[in-house]
Amino acid sequence: MKNDSKTLLQIQDIHCGYNRMVVVEGFSVDIQEGELTCLLGPSGCGKTTVLRAIAGFEPVTHGEIILNDIKISSPGFTLPPEQRCLGMVFQDYALFPHLNVIDNVCFGLHQHSRQERKYIAEQSLELVGLSALGNRYPHELSGGQQQRVAVARALAPEPELLLLDEPFSNLDVELRERLALDVRDILKERNIAAVFVTHDQHEAFVMGERIAVMQQGRIRQLDTPFGLYHEPADRFVADFIGQGRFLDGTMVGAGTVETVLGELTGNLTYNWPVGCPVDVLLRPDDVHLSEFGEYEVTITDRAFRGAETLYTVRLNTGEEILSLVPSHYDLPVGHKTGITLAVDHLILFQKT
Amino acid sequence: MSLETITSGHGETQQSVPSHRYRIARRWQLVSLPIAGLVLLPLLVIFSGWLHPESEIWRHLAETILADLVVNTIILLLGVMFGVLFLGVSLAWLTSMCRFPGQRFFDWALMLPLALPAYVLAFVFLGLLDFSGPVQGQLRTWFGPSFWFPAVRSTGGVIVVMVLVLYPYVYMLARSAFLTQGRGTLDAARILGLGPWATFFRVTLPMARPAIVAGTSLALMETLADFGTVAIFNYDTFTTAIYKAWFGLFNLQAASQLASLLLLFVALTLFSERRLRGRARYDENTRGGRPARIVLNGRNAWLATLFAGLIFSFAFLFPLIQLAFWSWEIITEDLDKRYLTLVANTVTLGISAAFVTIIGAMLLAFARRYSRNTITRSATTIGTLGYALPGSVLAVGIMLTFTGIDNFLQSVLRGFGVDVAGPILTGTIAALLLAYLVRFLAVAFGPIDSSLERIRSSLPEAARSLGAKPVMVLRRVYLPLLSPGILSAMLLVTVDVMKEMPATLLLRPFGWDTLAVRIYEMTSEGEWERAALPAITLVLAGLLPVILLVIRSSKSTTVAASTKATQ
Repeated sequence: MKNDSKTLLQIQDIHCGYNRMVVVEGFSVDIQEGELTCLLGPSGCGKTTVLRAIAGFEPVTHGEIILNDIKISSPGFTLPPEQRCLGMVFQDYALFPHLNVIDNVCFGLHQHSRQERKYIAEQSLELVGLSALGNRYPHELSGGQQQRVAVARALAPEPELLLLDEPFSNLDVELRERLALDVRDILKERNIAAVFVTHDQHEAFVMGERIAVMQQGRIRQLDTPFGLYHEPADRFVADFIGQGRFLDGTMVGAGTVETVLGELTGNLTYNWPVGCPVDVLLRPDDVHLSEFGEYEVTITDRAFRGAETLYTVRLNTGEEILSLVPSHYDLPVGHKTGITLAVDHLILFQKT
Repeated sequence: MSLETITSGHGETQQSVPSHRYRIARRWQLVSLPIAGLVLLPLLVIFSGWLHPESEIWRHLAETILADLVVNTIILLLGVMFGVLFLGVSLAWLTSMCRFPGQRFFDWALMLPLALPAYVLAFVFLGLLDFSGPVQGQLRTWFGPSFWFPAVRSTGGVIVVMVLVLYPYVYMLARSAFLTQGRGTLDAARILGLGPWATFFRVTLPMARPAIVAGTSLALMETLADFGTVAIFNYDTFTTAIYKAWFGLFNLQAASQLASLLLLFVALTLFSERRLRGRARYDENTRGGRPARIVLNGRNAWLATLFAGLIFSFAFLFPLIQLAFWSWEIITEDLDKRYLTLVANTVTLGISAAFVTIIGAMLLAFARRYSRNTITRSATTIGTLGYALPGSVLAVGIMLTFTGIDNFLQSVLRGFGVDVAGPILTGTIAALLLAYLVRFLAVAFGPIDSSLERIRSSLPEAARSLGAKPVMVLRRVYLPLLSPGILSAMLLVTVDVMKEMPATLLLRPFGWDTLAVRIYEMTSEGEWERAALPAITLVLAGLLPVILLVIRSSKSTTVAASTKATQ
């Protein structure tokens, strides 16, 4: 992260809730200018509530939200959404059905003259590659096109911060990734910060420079995609992000652990006493299949994914782990082979 | 009355508004309460009469007319109930499940009688069929003076007229229930060994029961509320008795006691409807497509055509021709300035009432959207219950309320040394508009609320995130999207107000005669042809919402057909 960039949005220890039910609890995050932050978590974890609190649709019961050094939310005070100058892309796109594409994009430009409005709207549509469809009505567009119009509409008033609520969840998988990349490029090009909400980690990895993994209204970990995957802060994050299986282990030194696969050492240190029982996370990409591997395994399941195949293999001691290998390496279920381990980031959790 | 209450029948959608803005919710709740209060106030005033029962009046009523009124009302209710059930269900079954010559035409044409106010059909019938009318006259010239003809101005006559006007309620609801039943259940019944008739009585009919009960209940509400028809037939019911007590005896207390008894009948009808609908749920299930129509052949086919044709002719075609004929005869005489004033009065009243009602309905619909708690929900239910209040009951309740307010205001003003002689609020247009608002709020609420339900909550939020202030959100998002609902509410309420007779008759300010009032005046003197011009005006206006309804119901059947195509 660049140190010279300015803090755009500060969310400080906010709580949100209603009817004595707390939906968000002690949520804090600072967002720099031009930074793409993702709120990732299972449904009902409070991520959308945080987004709506930033937008001004939900009040906070504790803490405060500060935008450009101006307090916009605190208990008992919620600056109305229309005064926050933020852009928002809704899950259902929320295009106005009675207005055509151009008029939808012009909606937020009421402070400009008619000619300026038209010019800005056309620019925005060009940005998302829809300049030809200005006269269509929303129902005459495909889902992907509607999504692009929603982005163009939110960007037209040139907000410094764009909020996106599950922006790609209504699209099919292929389109989803392409649009996510397009949107990321647009935002980076114009140095617009964004907070977006998703439950899909692939989407989060594509778009998010920093990802806040949330569970039950709290942040479990705020980190880069790499950090989340390779250094998850707790078992929830480890389970939620990526794949992997746990092996039993016992500490034999700072950063070394004894397992059924022998002693493993990574580049992380854990200051737990020797003999402490731990869970060891093995990612599929930590495990390589090889005829000449040190440990014999039996293939119990395989899932072909095109470029790679994800194998489930059983150790002779009975544990099952996963291995991701290039798909030309083709082995049938029941085949016996060997494995080698390449564990750089050894991830351990103390058994509870 | 309420075409909309039968078509929309919108269930509580469980779409939750994700925003939890208490203060806004509470504010909207506060809006919904006074609207419910407007409906409750006349009711409370009427029933408060029971707290100080004036035994004098009761004894007088009981000794003279009460027994007759109760018996007459029950006979009328039973007659209309059997009549509309028979006509409504059988015609709906024929046009939606069978094929016979003219079936496509009758499918929509049988809804047209809804455009006729009952009192119009009533005087046309008397004019045509009474002893001095053209039909009996012709028969006597053919068959001699002693030719027997059933008494027209009789209990049977009232019932026939009411049934011919009110059967469309059952017809339309049963028709759409039959059309949405889908083939699956019927096929299952046949596979399980039931014949076509057994299938009809054991599957089709029970599945359509909630719709049939709802339609019948609407028809019975109309029967209880009716004043014009029974007045024309000199058939004494509570509504005519209320009118006589008020204008004949100038005894508002007696009118109020009678109104409270009429309300008991209304409550009983509403209650039985709820009970008969039961707990069972009858979902639309068009899976597997529509069942194949039963093709009627030979004699049966022509019998079906004859049956539908007779009903259509007697309920709509002949009355319309007769009205046109009469109007033509007197058009040079009656199409004068006075008639134009009547039309202007009627339309002005209709549109102002629609305006007030639509504002009330919009407030109520927004309250329901933004504050979905029990209090707002019951306020909405009460607010839309006014359609069940007969116009004459409403008139009595509002009159009593306004008199009370007037007395209070006068005593307050007197305290300030100002002496106001005569009424302040009573006899003003405000009383009449309030009556229309209470009675037709449900009619406007239906289309507006269902338009509002269709606006996802993200749309106004998107507008606000784009910098629009609440007023602008209303102007640029809500109003354009609600406009179809508002327009159809406008049309429905305006036409309903134009046709309304008893409340207008009782509450209108001096000089505010309307088309319906003119019809009452002419028919009570037996001058049928002179009532024809205002009547045909009302029928033509009444056709507009019916056409809207026909178009909408044909759309919904095409939707059902296209779902069939995609499955």
